[in-house]
Amino acid sequence: MSTEALSPETVMREMKQNGVTDIVWLPDSETNWLYLLMKADPDLRLVGVTREGHACSIAAGLYAGGHKPMILIQNTGMLESGDSIRGWLMGLNIPVVLMVGYRGYTRHGVNTDTAATYTERFLMAFNIPFFLIENDADSDRITKAFELADKTRQPVVVLVGDEFHGFNR
Amino acid sequence: MMHTADVLKVFAEHRGDAIVISGRGGKHWLQISDTALDLPLGDPAMGGHSGFGLGLALAQPNKRVVLFDSEGDILMSLGQLPTIAEQAPANFYHFILDNEVYATTGGQPVPGAKNVDYAGIAKASGYPRAYSFANIEDFTRELPGILAGPGPVFIALKVLPEVENTPIGQRVRWRKRSADKVVTDVRTALGIV
Repeated sequence: MSTEALSPETVMREMKQNGVTDIVWLPDSETNWLYLLMKADPDLRLVGVTREGHACSIAAGLYAGGHKPMILIQNTGMLESGDSIRGWLMGLNIPVVLMVGYRGYTRHGVNTDTAATYTERFLMAFNIPFFLIENDADSDRITKAFELADKTRQPVVVLVGDEFHGFNR
Repeated sequence: MMHTADVLKVFAEHRGDAIVISGRGGKHWLQISDTALDLPLGDPAMGGHSGFGLGLALAQPNKRVVLFDSEGDILMSLGQLPTIAEQAPANFYHFILDNEVYATTGGQPVPGAKNVDYAGIAKASGYPRAYSFANIEDFTRELPGILAGPGPVFIALKVLPEVENTPIGQRVRWRKRSADKVVTDVRTALGIV
């Protein structure tokens, strides 16, 4: 796999390395390869939600019960989830990593998708730290996100700038 | 219609060592029990209690997890029901206190207040068992049998509204612990480091 791409195997390795027990998620258009890997792993529970905001309270409950969940959603869903992130994650001090597909992101900064326009502004407004990953070489930032979440007992976002097929310039 | 306080008193007799997320019954449940296994979370964000209950039940499969949700919360997050049914935690007991109104905002009726069959929705979403009760005698009689069986089970309860009209800033705060302290306490009680 070229380092120009973020491979699903790399994401899985980072999840396992950081002790993730449950993935609370709603599929987006480019995470199917990761889904197939996650589904094949008997030690990982997948909790599918019907609306991204639901993932926050589920993750909070899992954490309260001693599990280590990760939330996997797209930026569109994150925008929809604002009040749940505030109340169920930030308000309850839940140290969880949200891996967020950065729909519309381009390296050159010109985008035609307002989902990308508002993503980082949303995170800054909520004062949620975030890391951008674009390829396998960036993947250690996933571990840094878990470390920061544990240290601060707050949610941390990993923005996936290009998902699994190599960066589209 | 039942009084929420009466419903909770009936339940308390059968609680055992269950974890109780008191939800919209929090103010009354606090008069009955306030241990580390009682989770008065207040209202972190409306519609999320069912998800929290699901997550806790999945993480603690050997503990019974009981939630007192509300119809307003359910209406806001109907999509949680298929997720709960799909995960099917056998230790999850999902009660809703249906007072037909938004009580904390002055008592405005919820959409479909008189018409929605919440137990029917739960059943259609995949809950193996779902019940509805409107009087305390029936509820008292059936509850032991309901709790004796496996979850997930959904129990819709018609309760009288307790409408609040005073501005939020002037209301008496009934919670003794912050929501994040509640989470810390239950983790400690469960031996989670």
